[in-house]
Amino acid sequence: MKAGIIVFPGTNCDIDTKRACEHFGWQAEYLWHDETCLDKYDVIFLPGGFSYGDYIRAGRLAKFSPAVMALNDYIERKNGFVIGICNGFQVLCERKLLPGILSMNDSTKFICDIVPLKVSIDSHPEDICLPVAHAEGRYIASPETLKEIEDNGMVFLRYKDNPNGSVNDIAGLYDRDNRIIGLMPHPERAIFKETGLEDGKYFFKMFENALNN
Amino acid sequence: MIVIELYKQLGLTDNEYQEIKDRLGREPNELETYLFSAMWSEHCGYKHSRKYLSRYPSGGAVCFGENAGGVEIGNHVVAFKVESHNHPSAVEPFQGAATGIGGIIRDVLAMGARPIALLDSLKFGKLTSPLSKHLFDGVVKGISSYGNSIGVPTVAGEVSFDESYYDSPLVNVMAVGIVEKNHIKSSKAKPDNVVIAAGSHTGRDGIHGASFASKELSENSKEDRPSVQIGDPFMKKVLIEATLEILQLEEVVSSQDFGAAGLLSSSSEMTAKGNCGMELYLDRLHLREKDMQPWEIMLSESQERMLFIAKPEGVDKVLKLARKYDIPASVIGKTDNSCQYKLFWHDEQIANLPPELLNDAPLYDLEQKEPEYLSYYAGLELNCITDIPLAVKKVISDPNFASKKWVYRQYDHTVGNRTFPRPGDAGCAGIWLFEEGGVIGLTIDSNGRQVFLDPYNGARNTVWESCRNLISSGFEPLGITNCLNYGNPEKPEVAYQLIKSIDGIADACHEAGIPVVSGNVSLYNESPERRVYPTPSIGTLGYCDNPKKLIRNYFKENEHIILIGKDINNTSNIGGSLYQRVLYDYLGGYIDRTDHKLEILLKNAIFKLRSEKLLGGCIDVSEGGLFGAVFEGLAKTQTGFTGSLITIEDKEKALFGEITGRYVISSINKDTTIAILEQMNIPYRVLGISQGVSLMFDGYLFDIEELSRLYYNSIELEMQQ
Repeated sequence: MKAGIIVFPGTNCDIDTKRACEHFGWQAEYLWHDETCLDKYDVIFLPGGFSYGDYIRAGRLAKFSPAVMALNDYIERKNGFVIGICNGFQVLCERKLLPGILSMNDSTKFICDIVPLKVSIDSHPEDICLPVAHAEGRYIASPETLKEIEDNGMVFLRYKDNPNGSVNDIAGLYDRDNRIIGLMPHPERAIFKETGLEDGKYFFKMFENALNN
Repeated sequence: MIVIELYKQLGLTDNEYQEIKDRLGREPNELETYLFSAMWSEHCGYKHSRKYLSRYPSGGAVCFGENAGGVEIGNHVVAFKVESHNHPSAVEPFQGAATGIGGIIRDVLAMGARPIALLDSLKFGKLTSPLSKHLFDGVVKGISSYGNSIGVPTVAGEVSFDESYYDSPLVNVMAVGIVEKNHIKSSKAKPDNVVIAAGSHTGRDGIHGASFASKELSENSKEDRPSVQIGDPFMKKVLIEATLEILQLEEVVSSQDFGAAGLLSSSSEMTAKGNCGMELYLDRLHLREKDMQPWEIMLSESQERMLFIAKPEGVDKVLKLARKYDIPASVIGKTDNSCQYKLFWHDEQIANLPPELLNDAPLYDLEQKEPEYLSYYAGLELNCITDIPLAVKKVISDPNFASKKWVYRQYDHTVGNRTFPRPGDAGCAGIWLFEEGGVIGLTIDSNGRQVFLDPYNGARNTVWESCRNLISSGFEPLGITNCLNYGNPEKPEVAYQLIKSIDGIADACHEAGIPVVSGNVSLYNESPERRVYPTPSIGTLGYCDNPKKLIRNYFKENEHIILIGKDINNTSNIGGSLYQRVLYDYLGGYIDRTDHKLEILLKNAIFKLRSEKLLGGCIDVSEGGLFGAVFEGLAKTQTGFTGSLITIEDKEKALFGEITGRYVISSINKDTTIAILEQMNIPYRVLGISQGVSLMFDGYLFDIEELSRLYYNSIELEMQQ
């Protein structure tokens, strides 16, 4: 397994993501935001943080970065998975690689918490807890889009106690081909027993299984 | 003539100006006068406090005298320092607090340490007032916005509300960083190197910030708004990464951040510390505004700037890394052996000073006088009674005691993948030091009410309280940093508070065997109407060598709950207790004094019980007294309690009275626990058993769920009003 972690100026979960990957024995490398050669990686991570300061709106500027522009090509060639966590999810939505958009939490405040979630993926435990940390995490989509993603079973992660006002409690979804994955909670922050949180490891095992199959 | 008028305007006294002339052997020119006014301000020169601060023990500290001090843990140095941003936060809470973080982060960063945690100690007026709500909301938003963006978790802190902070709120921020021992960068310049400034463009913001922070706030303070800097967390995050990469270069000799008095203090301090000379060409610095004058360039406090001293062959490497991160950088000068600090403006020499003179502000003996209020307050007696059920609800829903969830939920406290215990879990936070296999414990504490009533013992108690917070989670205290928030030290009674507090902190550290590794002083925290309580914030760092040895700060179902340490009796001094303020708006009497030998015994007993696997939970008893500690232990698990808490006639004193030297512990094995306590000569009292959903003691009955709701929601409810 070889993971490429795109680092934008302002990204702040790059180190955590790399540590998590390496914990599972993956190779992981940072890709500076001007990198366009993504082909050698099995997984591309868009980690959390505040890419380019998240000015205008979260993920709005990062979608124009060379590395993100190169993602379309990477996806078309079906080289591997693209996983956007938190700010990465926002970037994927801004780039329209995933439907819908992340907007300001209904409390208008940043929320950092450990939240209970419901997972709908086979061979994955149904009830887990993961950290969230975001100001713009309220998932919204037009009724048509919402119907499409629900009808196609694209939502794999829902809040049990919705912290931010996301429509249908959506916390994470993938595209129709299950190759582009976006989620607001941070699985990479829930890997080590020393932090008292380990439910994130299921996600990494899931990616591993999917790639090996 | 103009220059003579100028020095007064800039806050230098006649004597100081005379001393400058005597030591310089001439009149300083206009620019030089500006330079002295900033470097000899209290904020930069510590002229009213430095003499007394030398009483602090420093044995065991490393990098003492650098940008931030630290302690060694294995192969690493953990650097930590607390700093205030009180004055800017009073006039512009969001930016004031945000840039406070920026400044303290740079101190840690300049040593080559990666910042891994932030803590804050915040003080406002009573939360019911609209002004306090505005300041509280703005400061928390500022910390949230800035700290979250730069990816450094804000893991612990404290917030208090008291009338004395109404117009002088306190915002103290502590940063913690980690660096491998052999990668530490010094702040000493060395000759024959090149001076590079990197980071934001220099603008006119924050000019006179240092002198602004060195005077009392008044009605006109809002006019000082231009002295508040504007922070850019995005730029800071980029600067952090760029700096850490630049400092990996062997050719980089030293670095320092641009803090108070900007380029002036950073460059002249580095020159003075390195016993060398420096030439700076001010026209070569990247500027944000046209037509800036040399004095403005020197004093600008524009944020997000770093100064690097590099060997000539390393300059291109530094500039290349700056380009990688898209941060502007300029080669602005060089170092030499001249032992002179020279400034040039378009090739013309405009200042020439001995660097040590700039950095050697006169040290004042403070004229101190025991304040008259001390005996007045000591003589006060409280003769009121409240119905206990009402008192319980009032105390636990008071914003000083209530859960700070509304605050820490706005801070990203899990970024970095190291935080455990997390905010709300314990009296301190833990940062997993996976590089060494253990966990760093962090806490920041203060108790202005106690220090007001008894500056020496209040400050001494604060240090020990901070240690208890760490010990109760299983950490061995290793060192402290401190921020001294006081009024105008030129007033003899403030001088008394300051000096006695320093003595108290120094003595406590000697007793505990831990150093003061770094610190900051914030004086002039007063307005014509009121003066803040003398408030030393003590940031304490501890270590636990194995995450499995951490002690939980809550009780589980069916554990025996035991008080260890001092017990309250009829003659106990409980001055400064929170309940007296909450229920009666009363402050008075004598405060309890720490018995440091007992404190050490208690620590040994707790660690012994832990190693014998007898210890369940442990909570130190502080604000809110015995009831507060028991309740905190139960609220997290929503467990009830059956037992007895009241042993003296004054029920409120028994439940809420605050004395030092005690913890509440839990164990499933009562008899063996007691046997060990007796063997170690630890005073104890079995309080009862954690069970059910009701809190029952001495004929009173409470629903734990109802109390928890009050405790967890009261600040949020108040902020919605």
